[in-house]
Amino acid sequence: MSVLPYLVAAWICLVGLYGIVTSRHLVHLALCLTITQSSTYVLLLAIGYVKGGGPPIFKGVKLGTTAVDPVVQALTLTDIVVSVAVLALILALALDVHERAGTMDPDEIAELKG
Amino acid sequence: MTRTVRIGLFSAAAVVLAILLCWTAVDLPDFGNYRGPYGGLLNHVAPAERHVTEVVTATVFDYRGFDTLGEELILFTAVAGVVLLLEQGERGERPEPSESIGSDAVRVLGALAVGAAVLVGLWLTAFGYVTPGGGFQGGVAIASGIVLLWVATSLRVWGPFGSDSILDPLEGVGAGGYIVIGLAALASGLPFLTNLFGPGRYGTLQSGGSIPFLNWAAALEVTAALLILFSKFLEEYVVPLAAGDER
Repeated sequence: MSVLPYLVAAWICLVGLYGIVTSRHLVHLALCLTITQSSTYVLLLAIGYVKGGGPPIFKGVKLGTTAVDPVVQALTLTDIVVSVAVLALILALALDVHERAGTMDPDEIAELKG
Repeated sequence: MTRTVRIGLFSAAAVVLAILLCWTAVDLPDFGNYRGPYGGLLNHVAPAERHVTEVVTATVFDYRGFDTLGEELILFTAVAGVVLLLEQGERGERPEPSESIGSDAVRVLGALAVGAAVLVGLWLTAFGYVTPGGGFQGGVAIASGIVLLWVATSLRVWGPFGSDSILDPLEGVGAGGYIVIGLAALASGLPFLTNLFGPGRYGTLQSGGSIPFLNWAAALEVTAALLILFSKFLEEYVVPLAAGDER
């Protein structure tokens, strides 16, 4: 099952998208977007895995020991930080929408705008 | 577009997307067999060149330091956006927040958790380039610890930690400090963000050259940014909501 981790990433992406499309609440929608984004963490980390590799941390470990790719881990870290920043922005926007439209249901907001 | 139509359209598109994703997954290198040259190279080069033992942090703050600058600025911009969005609305009179926390257990456990979380955060940051950790992770832990002050005590105690006059300069120093360290390299005739100092002693706190400085700058930026976010949401949403419930 050497493609399983990639399929898990694809599944998380699709589940997140399904949540976004069927969402009835803006906070729920924001969380679904975060779930969609987290599929990229799984994909990045799965790609960087080296069979039998340890963490790319060599404190107390002999240099040259097989270790997984540190670059994708650094990218995942960046990804998470950006995800948090974007989530905060979306929630602030949702708060604004709630004040203006008086509802958190995306469908009702669309109806108000016609 | 009605809900049914939308879900129908999505289902059709999702099937196509799923097929494409599966097709891609099958053609990717087998799990565990990827041999990207860059990662393996860094695992050999970073400990030798910088004397750090945590290659992920070395990647974040040295070999991909410029990337991280962009990441910090994204955080900075997002926080500025949230502050603008939440502060522009006229929300009328600010109700006086209530101070009562009924449970002694919450107070005692909370007070313990504050110290523990801040300590873990400082440790994660300080040893970020020796053992697992780093400025981003440490900053999040420190900020969470300080936020717990509000849970465990009262808004009055939390107040100074959430005040703009303290957090804004700290965030600026965090983001600006990162750039200043990069400019310092430029001033001494090297490319931007070049690691300036010697590698130091292998696997100790005195290793990594400019990595520790960038590490602490990032920790400061992340701590301040998260505290600003939290204090804005608290001021503009949680406090009015709690006051509304009491009426």
